Amino acid sequence: MPALPLDEAGKYVAAAYIVFVTLVVLYVAIMAAKVSRIEREVESLHDLLDERRR
Amino acid sequence: MYSKGLRPLAAASVVSLAAALALVFFYAPNDADQGFIQKIFYLHVPLAIVSLCGFIAGGVMAIGYLRSRDGSWDMRSYVAIHLSLVLAVGVLVTGAIWAKGSWGHWWVWDEPTLVSFLIVFLLYCCYQPLRFSIEDPERQARYAAVFAIVAGAFVPLNFAAVRLAQAFSHPRVLTTTGGNMPGEMRLAFYVSLAAMALLFVTLWKLELASKHAKLELKRLRRRLEADLEAEGAAPAVAAPGPSTAAVPAQPMGG
Repeated sequence: MPALPLDEAGKYVAAAYIVFVTLVVLYVAIMAAKVSRIEREVESLHDLLDERRR
Repeated sequence: MYSKGLRPLAAASVVSLAAALALVFFYAPNDADQGFIQKIFYLHVPLAIVSLCGFIAGGVMAIGYLRSRDGSWDMRSYVAIHLSLVLAVGVLVTGAIWAKGSWGHWWVWDEPTLVSFLIVFLLYCCYQPLRFSIEDPERQARYAAVFAIVAGAFVPLNFAAVRLAQAFSHPRVLTTTGGNMPGEMRLAFYVSLAAMALLFVTLWKLELASKHAKLELKRLRRRLEADLEAEGAAPAVAAPGPSTAAVPAQPMGG
């Protein structure tokens, strides 16, 4: 097949890079959600320790 | 433990990805045959290479687990395979986008490279259901390690078989004679590959750090609850959000 013109090929190139960025962002967002859950658990453990001291 | 060096690694990943993008779009020339659409290859091929290497690394780490019975090797192997699977989704989607633009079809079933990658992908899609169908953590880790080793050995075999195949319609980026690319394109490609590898290592370490912290928390909570029970106080400690203690299928047994 002949090479696609720039305006036509640009759509495909943009789509491919957007897919990659979306994947990475989704992954990082999921990891961030997990980290914030861990932080909440740490807080609850702190509360538990404070309660115990009292 | 796992979060050590994560910040510089993350910074290096961002810088190298930015450098790769700059080289791909402002330095490397357009391919004489394919034109601008060939820029997808700077993303698609490194993703594929890193993903396949991640699968193999998962197998090697699984050997580490079987040799030492140290749960941290199992966790490393699990995270490497999990992350490789995510990247493999990217490989399939970006490959399909390129195929649509270049061949006019999203998928071509008689192309050995595409079908073999799909087979590898589907093979590893079985890893998590297999793993999480076993409740006993020790057995779970052992079976998952065996799967990771066998499947990891299949990856280079599969790759070699495809390379030996005669029907080449899929473009070859890397060959035994040093590649089909001129210098500028080769530089952009290798920087992209290094950036992708760095991104993989960063995300792998990030997930490992998160899983390790979660496990440590679970241990601490159990100890604290046991202490409280020993003191005669009713603990009633409920973790905020979904309970982690109720999930038997966490990677890494102990």
